[in-house]
Amino acid sequence: MILEIKDLHKSYPIGDSSLHVLKGINLSVKEGEMAAIMGSSGSGKSTLLNIIGMLDEADSGDYILDGLPIKNLTEKKAAVYRNKFLGFIFQSFNLINYKNALENVALPLYYQGMKRKERQEKALFHLEKVGLADWAHHLPKELSGGQNQRVAIARALAANPKLLLADEPTGALDTKTSYEIMEFIQQLNDEGKTILMVTHEEDIANMCKRIVRLRDGVIMEDKVINQVRVEQYA
Amino acid sequence: MLRFLFDRDTWQEVYDSMSKNKLRTVITMIGVWWGILLLIGLLGAARGMENSFNRLFGDFATNSVFIWGQSTSKPFKGFQEGRRVRLSLTDAKKVEDNVEGIEFVVPRNQNQGKVVRNFLSGSFNVAGDYPLLDVVQKKKMLFGRFINQNDIDNNKKVAVISEDVYKQLFEKDEEPIGAYMQINGMNFTVIGVFDVGNVNMGPSSDIHIPFTTFQQIYNQGDEIGWIMVTGKPEYNIKQIELDAKLLLRTLNKIHPRDNRAFGSFNLGNEFAKITGFLTGMQFLTWFVGIATLIAGVIAIGSILLITVKERTKEIGVRRALGATPFEIKRQIVIEAVFLTLNAGIFGIISGGWILIFLDNKFGQGDDATLVNASVSIAVVFAALLILVVLGTLIGLIPAFKATSVKPIEALREE
Repeated sequence: MILEIKDLHKSYPIGDSSLHVLKGINLSVKEGEMAAIMGSSGSGKSTLLNIIGMLDEADSGDYILDGLPIKNLTEKKAAVYRNKFLGFIFQSFNLINYKNALENVALPLYYQGMKRKERQEKALFHLEKVGLADWAHHLPKELSGGQNQRVAIARALAANPKLLLADEPTGALDTKTSYEIMEFIQQLNDEGKTILMVTHEEDIANMCKRIVRLRDGVIMEDKVINQVRVEQYA
Repeated sequence: MLRFLFDRDTWQEVYDSMSKNKLRTVITMIGVWWGILLLIGLLGAARGMENSFNRLFGDFATNSVFIWGQSTSKPFKGFQEGRRVRLSLTDAKKVEDNVEGIEFVVPRNQNQGKVVRNFLSGSFNVAGDYPLLDVVQKKKMLFGRFINQNDIDNNKKVAVISEDVYKQLFEKDEEPIGAYMQINGMNFTVIGVFDVGNVNMGPSSDIHIPFTTFQQIYNQGDEIGWIMVTGKPEYNIKQIELDAKLLLRTLNKIHPRDNRAFGSFNLGNEFAKITGFLTGMQFLTWFVGIATLIAGVIAIGSILLITVKERTKEIGVRRALGATPFEIKRQIVIEAVFLTLNAGIFGIISGGWILIFLDNKFGQGDDATLVNASVSIAVVFAALLILVVLGTLIGLIPAFKATSVKPIEALREE
């Protein structure tokens, strides 16, 4: 098991009352899985992803990542774990706008304390992987949305994380580009990467191997599906 | 930590975030730049004034007082008030022997004299002096020498003339030494020509002749015009003045509280006032400079605070990618220090230019208002050190602000 979650609860205070967002989530993810977390807005899917991403903390319950209990982390420890174990892909790419593609990809490696030269070689390797080696020295504003997302994916891969977390990775892209990105993510999964993504688009979810449906803070359905390969659309 | 300072990436990050908004960077730096420029400029100017002051008084015994006789204002021991008081050589000797802390007592005489040389003539102040005068008021000799003891002992008819007298009575480039001139109908040999200089404390004299000779030609006897009393550096000249006057009253049978019998001018007192003024100016300069500097540094802090607010999302992304709060803080503090330090260095350089300008404009020639207007390297380093400390402290505020936002909230920011 790369990821094990048991009876996870999370609520947010709203004024005097509190909003119970996650009401006892149980979830296990094996290595090499590609799972979509689905649900309408307010279902708690983003909160779940944030807790898995150590950007947020659960009120109660267990979260074990690759055998490591994630609990009461200091900010520093959380940062180190995020850097080491997790790769983030955001809806709005979240690239640093004054850094070029190569520098953006190299950033997680910088925080690992890797030497500059080694870092740049590694970043270039990952950029090549997403097919953007020729764009290494371009700023995000000089790249298209799809290209930016591919830079972001390269960045998420740079530190060789155990788990890739994608929050609506195709949310800001048109269908054609979305499918290109999904095709790429499927390839990553074929190579053995474990991927967890939040989406509300059925076609995107169907490109995963497993769909977890959330409603009002509980898991309604958790099923393994027949993956739709993007190539089938072509 | 030190390795971090020499890391190219650290500076790349600083450069990136600053060049992202050049205008803001420049505006941020202006405050500190202005503060340090003011500090350097004012300190240098103050130093220049002090130097010029010291140059003016450099050859002058400043710890001194002039005392002369006037008229009594109180009846005493059978004498009526209004009696004229004249100092004598005996008085001078007694003062020198009995008042504590005295270095020299220089008796002086002065009178108007008609001076004739060939077909040129003029009316000049003629002073009778001892060689000691050259010690307490160093004469800058252009030609020849000042009066010596031999001249005094032999009542020699020799004269030391000022440059002005020389110009009036001599042809251009004429050799003055050994030339003759008549003072009140008597022949004198010129033995020296002196430069009057910028400052002449006490009555100015055009011609100095030996004290003893003066006594003879003006038929002065033992009487003297005034005495110049100089105190040893560690003694208070005000006290010496009081002691000397009290002794002089006793010697001349004057009422002990008759304050008008002797007139005096306390140079030490006047000098202390000016020195105090200069010290006050330096203090004011530091105060104004440091206050401006602090204002500038605070401006840097507040602009960095805005910057941090603008970069909330970026900071959130960095933290999601594994930047620890310490790394984020460190980067912001180093940016603050870098900004302050650079602004400071620019300020010091432009302050230096101002001092060079001041020196060119006001610092040339003998009668310059500002002499060697400059600040010491120690002051420059102290200012830089203060900047580093202030920059660090002020950088801590935005640094803590930056990491006070949870990464999840920072990422949500649009």
